[in-house]
Amino acid sequence: MELNGKVPPGDLAEKWTKYKSSMPLVSPDNKRRLDVIVVGSGLAGASAAASLGELGYNVKCFTFHDSPRRAHSIAAQGGINAAKNYKNDGDSVYRLFYDTIKGGDYRAREGNVHRLAEVSVDIIDQCVAQGVPFAREYGGTLDNRSFGGTQVQRTFYARGQTGQQLLIGAYQALSRQISLGKVTMYNRHEMLDVVLIDGKARGIITRNLVTGKIERHAAHAVVLGTGGYGNVFYLSTNAMMCNVTAAWRAVRRGALMANPCYTQIHPTCIPQYGDYQSKLTLMSESLRNDGRVWVPKQKADAEAIRQGKKRGADIPEADRDYYLERRYPAYGNLVPRDVASRAAKMVCDEGLGIVPTGLGVYLDFAAAIERYGKSKAHSSNMENPSAQQIWDLGKAIVEEKYGNLFEMYEKITGEDPYRNPMKIYPAVHYTMGGLWVDYNLETNIPGLFAAGECNFSDHGANRLGASALMQGLADGYFVLPYTIGTFLSKEIRTPKFNTDLPEFAEAEKAVRDRLHGFMTTNGKQSAESFHRRLGKIMWEYCGMARNAEGLAKARRLIQELKAEFYADLYVPGSTDEFNPELEKAARVADFLEMGELMCIDALKRSESCGGHFREEFQTEEGEAMRDDEHFMFVAAWGWQDTSQEPELHKEPLIYENIKVAARSYK
Amino acid sequence: MKLNLKIWRQQNAKASGRFESYQVDANEHMSFLEMLDVLNEGLVSTQKEPVAFEHDCREGICGTCSLVITGQPHGPQSGTTTCQLHMRHFHEGETIVIEPYRAKAFPVLKDLVVDRSAFDRIIQAGGYVSVDTGAAPDGNDILIGKEVAAKSFDAAACIGCGACVAACPNASAMLFVSAKVSHLALLPQGKPESARRAMNMVHQMDEEGFGMCSNVTACEAECPKGISVENIARLNREFIGASFTTSK
Amino acid sequence: MNNWFLGFFTSSIGRKLLMALSGLFLILFLAIHLAGNLQLLQNDGGVAFNKYSAFMGHNPFIQLVSKGNFAFIILHAVVGLMLWVKNKTARGAQGYAVVKTRATQTNPTFAKFMWLYGIIMLVFIIIHLVQFWAVMKFGEVGTAVQLVDIEGEQVRDLYSLVGAAFTNLGFVVFYVMSMVVIAFHLWHGFQSAFQTLGWNHPKYTPIIQVLGKAYSVLVPLGFAVIPIVFYLLHS
Repeated sequence: MELNGKVPPGDLAEKWTKYKSSMPLVSPDNKRRLDVIVVGSGLAGASAAASLGELGYNVKCFTFHDSPRRAHSIAAQGGINAAKNYKNDGDSVYRLFYDTIKGGDYRAREGNVHRLAEVSVDIIDQCVAQGVPFAREYGGTLDNRSFGGTQVQRTFYARGQTGQQLLIGAYQALSRQISLGKVTMYNRHEMLDVVLIDGKARGIITRNLVTGKIERHAAHAVVLGTGGYGNVFYLSTNAMMCNVTAAWRAVRRGALMANPCYTQIHPTCIPQYGDYQSKLTLMSESLRNDGRVWVPKQKADAEAIRQGKKRGADIPEADRDYYLERRYPAYGNLVPRDVASRAAKMVCDEGLGIVPTGLGVYLDFAAAIERYGKSKAHSSNMENPSAQQIWDLGKAIVEEKYGNLFEMYEKITGEDPYRNPMKIYPAVHYTMGGLWVDYNLETNIPGLFAAGECNFSDHGANRLGASALMQGLADGYFVLPYTIGTFLSKEIRTPKFNTDLPEFAEAEKAVRDRLHGFMTTNGKQSAESFHRRLGKIMWEYCGMARNAEGLAKARRLIQELKAEFYADLYVPGSTDEFNPELEKAARVADFLEMGELMCIDALKRSESCGGHFREEFQTEEGEAMRDDEHFMFVAAWGWQDTSQEPELHKEPLIYENIKVAARSYK
Repeated sequence: MKLNLKIWRQQNAKASGRFESYQVDANEHMSFLEMLDVLNEGLVSTQKEPVAFEHDCREGICGTCSLVITGQPHGPQSGTTTCQLHMRHFHEGETIVIEPYRAKAFPVLKDLVVDRSAFDRIIQAGGYVSVDTGAAPDGNDILIGKEVAAKSFDAAACIGCGACVAACPNASAMLFVSAKVSHLALLPQGKPESARRAMNMVHQMDEEGFGMCSNVTACEAECPKGISVENIARLNREFIGASFTTSK
Repeated sequence: MNNWFLGFFTSSIGRKLLMALSGLFLILFLAIHLAGNLQLLQNDGGVAFNKYSAFMGHNPFIQLVSKGNFAFIILHAVVGLMLWVKNKTARGAQGYAVVKTRATQTNPTFAKFMWLYGIIMLVFIIIHLVQFWAVMKFGEVGTAVQLVDIEGEQVRDLYSLVGAAFTNLGFVVFYVMSMVVIAFHLWHGFQSAFQTLGWNHPKYTPIIQVLGKAYSVLVPLGFAVIPIVFYLLHS
């Protein structure tokens, strides 16, 4: 299949503006006749549904949550990037574009990323107008902070709950359209298939999660804003219900899954502490603004800490290795996520980890508390403040900045992070891969669009901090509402679809058969137990570091696990009731296939780039080594029939404006 | 640690429910929901139906988890959602009673799962700023003092979990409604339609069948996000003012 | 009277406003009533008290206020009962098996039982009215109530009426208990009224709360002290 990214020609900075102005439009009268289905109500889904409703389309929006406000976008902590240059520190659209391409290790499309940087400024304005209470300066202007992989302050934030505030903004906009009758909201409905008519996406099959009723919904186009697939790993910072099912069902209908192996491992999460654990908790990247990452220099010290004989504070300054500051002097603790994560793995592999499992490093705020305390004492004209006074003043400032994160840490671990350095370890956080889309965010199935984390488009092989919120909202507010017109302008004469069409009947039957299959396997093991085992395989062989042998082995193990799943699954209850175990079984079935595809993709990509680190391909210093000659492409996989081998389609990546270079944060 | 659980089981919205007793072997590092996971794994392994409960992010922000744990929404730890509650706050041999939220406006769907869509309908009645995408001025054109932004944020921190309704002896939703009204009324962007918003949201709240505020302040005490009843006073001001000053 | 007005006063906040305003009026009334009752403690054989009683019985302004007072008592009771019923049903058919309340700003026990205190107070008020007010207003002179000469004017002798009641130990105990209930009701009601009016401010609310607590202790205490002293002195 020839993959056409459809990036418009012309000067990079002019592409989007020109394209927008020359794009076919749908008149207001015709918009009223067109139906659009939006699946998902997170940042991308809710903002798209609201904006499409405002434009006049008839929108049906679906979420498996009890309310659109629960989507996992809500958990994003640190902030959202925008090239506003309010700090006068030399930021610009081009710099944000450049940072994002470089941060993504030169594996993203130039055109898409530049557009993202352009609309980033509009997002902030839009969110402010909606009433998002961003942090402000005393003078009333918006405040910024820095995030990893950048040297400017362009991150807008609302304490440690930026995602929550942005999602609530989008939820409010969506609620307004619901009240105006332009959006019909379907809560507690899970999409289980997409319906194609004459090769175009024309509807979906859903299950009402309360009654179990299987329903058919038709529209002229379908938008998926269903998030990422990080939960393939079982343990991740994703919410428990995050899953790949909507995207995967689209793949099984012919959509392509792009770059599935690009997984972001976030460096600052609370380390795992038990086998019963259900999820990992992120500590915002913003903490690296002030926290210093370190491990003891001596293995003996690390050993003593692991055994509880010493505490972090007992290790003298000279015996600490601030390894990020040492290895990456230019960016220090604020190197991009993939770099920071790998560095943590490296020191722990050397036996320097500081938690009983050996998998943990310190994130220390003692220096920041002292620095802030001294500065505050100075500005309050205190003469010869005592160490305790300085500590108290500094603690107050750290508390103001990160209080809720510190509180969360204490709740989970039972330790006071002001007194003892935080213990952190990398964890799966985000997936850069996703459904392949062109510049219009349209998949290779006409009429099927994907927005937000669900698509692969903007982050290349690694996403920079505070860019997920930016991309989700860019897609939903400022890109999709325009680009969907390129498809719908050709559909203005297409009448509404009847859900009695054979294509709907076939899809519904397929869904029913599948669910029936899960119910009647009558084995012994729960869906959860399979999920946990899949996660272990993925983390072991397709996690922070991968190699050919391990990936091949992982694929074999997953296939065995999948066979066991279909032979020995047990689902209690019935299909026509509220049945979380059945939901879980259907999701785990899709995770099993997605996991296998990730291993296939990771094996195919014989290079290291961004979040994909192949042990065979590294420099002597342990940095990732790309192979631009052979792998400067998007790997888009088609896998309709999983009994066959998946089919790889390559979209070459062409850099016209950026000089591709080895990524250095030194 | 061994725990005795008394859990409300109810097949569906129409069925009548009852308490059932279970024993579970937990450990103190588990979160409360992980303890329930362990219980459910055990039930499924013996081919029994697991206890239905709602949860998602498990980091205290999505507002999906609920539960009344031995008489307290989100359990005994203040300022903490159920998903962030850890078993180290319970003791060996303790009996824990787990019930769903009880309110006419939050009907039980199954076991511990309740329908909180009334909150969505209240927001739809006016809990937004009427601004279309693309119609916004520059973010810095609207100056908002640091304290005002912080105050608005404090109200906006509401996660819509419904603990306020569950805790209120009158099952009143005033804290939830007032948090949204305050969040937007405090900001200049929200002011133009603040009167309309307050009136429409309160009327919707009344229609949903929530009780009325008796200023008990149990909502504030149980709110996992520490939303203040100061917001309720603000809602009262907004609503009374709007009712007597608007032309409608 | 058009729709918006009715709409407002049937809304939850509108009804609460009625409770708050009528409550505040009754709070004020209590203070005035207490001022009068304190005349009972003057050791003058009831002259001052009967003078006050006569003034209250004949001054046209006071008469108007007293009518308003009745109206507010009825309004406060009726709306209060409506709220109570609505609030009971809002919990739904199935209540909690266990209820545990964290410490709150105000004592929730007082807040939760406002309806109970209210009903007890209503009973007290009815007894109070039948025993004193109705007799003063409609009682037959010579049998139910005597006349007494105050500065040359024949007025009904409330002092003797009250004196008879206050020397009955059972009644004194009932009266004092009722005052305790009023104190409970005020403890929550005073500051709650301000919250309902929307007066909550980090600087001023603590002052209102202190004033409210002082008022809800001192005023009922003032009322309660009178029969006790009277009983000790005269029985």
